[in-house]
Amino acid sequence: MNCLNSFISAILLIALLTACDDNSRLSLNQRSVIYCSEGSPDTFNPQLVTSGTTIDATSKQLYNKLIAYQGDENNLVPALAKSWHVTRDGKKVTFYLRKNVSFHQTDYFTPTRHFNADDVLFSFNRIIDHEHPFHLTSGGHYPFFQNIEFDSLIKKIEKINDYTIRFHLTRADNNFLANLATDFAVILSAQYAEKLNKNQQKQNIDIHPIGTGPFKLKEYRVGSLIRFYHHKAYWQGSAKIEQLVFDITSSNTGRLTKLLAKECDISSYPIAHNKITQRSDLTLESVTALNVGYFGFNTTQAPFNNILVRQAMAFAINKQVLLDTVYQGQAELAKSILPETSWAYDKTSKEQAFNLDKAKTLLAQAGYPDGFTMDLWAMPVQRPYNPNAITMAKLIQADLKKININVDIVSYEWNTFLHRLAQGEHQSFLLGWSADHPDPDNFFTPMLSCAASHIGSNRTFWCNQDYDDIIHKALETNNIEQRKQLYTQANAILNKELPLIPIAHSKRYQARGNNIVGKTMGPFGGISFYQVKKSPLTIAVKDETVQNKTKTKKVN
Amino acid sequence: MLIFTLRRLSLFVFTMLLLTMLSFSLSFLFPGDAVINLSGAINVTPAQLIELKARYHTDSNIIWQYIIYLKHIISGDLGLSMASQSVISHEIMNLLPATIELSLVALFIAMFIGIPLGFIAAIRHNKLSDNIILSVSMIGYSIPVFWLGLLAILIFSINLGWFPSAGQISLLFEIELVTGIQFIDILLSDSPYKWQAFRDATAHIVLPAFVIAIAPTTIFIRLSRTSMIEVLQTSYIRAASAKGLSFKQIIFRHAIRNALIKIIRHVGLQFASLVTIAMVTEVIFSWPGIGRWLIVSIAQRDYTAIQNGLLVLSCFIFVVHILTDFIYAALNPLARDKKYGT
Repeated sequence: MNCLNSFISAILLIALLTACDDNSRLSLNQRSVIYCSEGSPDTFNPQLVTSGTTIDATSKQLYNKLIAYQGDENNLVPALAKSWHVTRDGKKVTFYLRKNVSFHQTDYFTPTRHFNADDVLFSFNRIIDHEHPFHLTSGGHYPFFQNIEFDSLIKKIEKINDYTIRFHLTRADNNFLANLATDFAVILSAQYAEKLNKNQQKQNIDIHPIGTGPFKLKEYRVGSLIRFYHHKAYWQGSAKIEQLVFDITSSNTGRLTKLLAKECDISSYPIAHNKITQRSDLTLESVTALNVGYFGFNTTQAPFNNILVRQAMAFAINKQVLLDTVYQGQAELAKSILPETSWAYDKTSKEQAFNLDKAKTLLAQAGYPDGFTMDLWAMPVQRPYNPNAITMAKLIQADLKKININVDIVSYEWNTFLHRLAQGEHQSFLLGWSADHPDPDNFFTPMLSCAASHIGSNRTFWCNQDYDDIIHKALETNNIEQRKQLYTQANAILNKELPLIPIAHSKRYQARGNNIVGKTMGPFGGISFYQVKKSPLTIAVKDETVQNKTKTKKVN
Repeated sequence: MLIFTLRRLSLFVFTMLLLTMLSFSLSFLFPGDAVINLSGAINVTPAQLIELKARYHTDSNIIWQYIIYLKHIISGDLGLSMASQSVISHEIMNLLPATIELSLVALFIAMFIGIPLGFIAAIRHNKLSDNIILSVSMIGYSIPVFWLGLLAILIFSINLGWFPSAGQISLLFEIELVTGIQFIDILLSDSPYKWQAFRDATAHIVLPAFVIAIAPTTIFIRLSRTSMIEVLQTSYIRAASAKGLSFKQIIFRHAIRNALIKIIRHVGLQFASLVTIAMVTEVIFSWPGIGRWLIVSIAQRDYTAIQNGLLVLSCFIFVVHILTDFIYAALNPLARDKKYGT
């Protein structure tokens, strides 16, 4: 009997001990957010990558840029630079830096000074100066900056005083500011680099990061988790949550289970959208990302060198079916190569009509009354702008059959596909484009300019001098209204010439519990948790309203 | 007792020799170079390969190679994982405690539920409750564990939301890895959220431990039922009852002790099958244990990890087996040496 007594009292004791701090449990959970991410980051320095997973985990959490994008119109706003000035010729850009911005204090580094011009010098010289002590650390590849030819654009970076810095450019480029506001152009700590250099631990700069962002890195276990603490002295005010945990769950079903079981507060790229929308305590959110999936033609080869044939194709394809089947309703129908969220989007653009009779007439006019046989190249991999190109190719095949065109679907392994595409072996192809920054030029120039058709990123090989003149003119001016007009003109040329048929702008999805508030996703670039917080009462309130509704229904 | 101990130890040594021989021969049977399979060093330069071959004495005869291999194992050098190029012995030391923790909890659950139920069934032999217990245990034994695990997640995590579905503890708690056994680490840590962490870890272990415990529980039910029935039919029980002891006194003072001794012998045997079930369960519940690691290694064709993981796991099971034998011998003088018993 004694035994039983002591057993019961032991159980009571344990119950008492575990129950005593219920309040602080609520608060730890309350002050933290768990994000189920789809993969591990390659590095903690966004300068070194273009991968979306790495950018999501690092850029907006750990770092700041000199300038940033804000609002629906994606205007440039001050960040670490509190203002900036561009000379009339566009060749000198001066940034006036913010004072009293502190770097992260962590277990491995304690900063003794605030952010200043030396940090800006260090961050950009590391990229452009091949002799820089940190240039070759972590491989010496800076893919984003190499794509925009950053080192040839910048003549030199001059420190005027501790809080003023001037970029001397070799040519005017109104995309320069846009590029500095991307997630890749982050500011690192020069003082930290100095310390690492002294201790012979240079590689740590990209593994144990120090930045000025709203969160600092606490712990990283490869393939398992990333733990961030909030940066208390963050210059825009401390984040609303104290702890941010990335629970790295690469399996789609694993992320769904954890979301449903409330083990993560937010989940990236969720599957089973219906299941999530059915639940009253979860929200499925989406943003239309800045990208476009398209059906392009090799305009140097017959029959697609004939503009009438290209127009006939546009009339013969039922885009809505492609959207419903391939994107499962997760995308917006593309009316031009620019997504609707871009500031240069022409609001008067019309949807391409689906009209088989017109298509047949156009084909007859072009000299193909009995149709022809063509190749359609479909990419073998899933991309954000096109989740299943092979299925899309099959649907297009069925559509074109109706106007007597026989389609042979061709597909190669991804690298071979791109290589042979660049060689111009194709007749028509399915591909897409994801923007690096919101400037519309990022769509018009790399996809369709004459220069791009020679170096291979314009796979339609379409080259139109009027179009090229317009997009060049658009880069030379800073007047937004004027640029908008120029891009509308460029778009009109595209609509008439149809080197490619834009199909869809796909969305990016995320699911979260209803108690999580604050925006995380934007139309381009990585996610940010700075604004996120937890509100404990939302679920209860929502349940009540649901009950009320059912009650009223009964009364009715 | 000394002879008994020596006998067990020699059995241990010979079994380990056989196991290492099997593991050693695996490196020749797996595709690829045997040295690379043994060391796991896949990205070596030709110069490093020569050095590696010298270290494993590949030019000598096979027996000498085997002895060198044993030396490597005894010094704790289990090679590198082919998939991640991390040191296998470190990985195992981090992962094995989690599996031990989960298996022990499951074993205790199985014993605390299975043995009393078996006794009840034996006492109410051939009555309704006996039949119910037996048929339920038959059903429990027949359910495949991967299905049960998924069902448990669906019901208790997703629909009811009572228990978490994955991991050892919520990622919010930072518990430093000391012993690797989560509960001990939590108690050792100086986190202000110690007791919340303890409760969270308890919630995390409930589902996987119960899922693992189902099959052993049913076995314990049947074992304890049989052994109790046997004990109840012995003459000393009849004598006790003839002396006028109450039914309660007979069961608690005489029958249970004697019936338990017979069951303890089987605990070690059950542990082996329990660890096998735990491996599958670890995958379902994302438990960071050695079973999940081993299954992932198999999927990745990580031969070095498979070899050494199997070696360590079987060694561990064997140690448990011997330990239960010792406990059994300590409790039951009959088992120590036949000459004292008969």
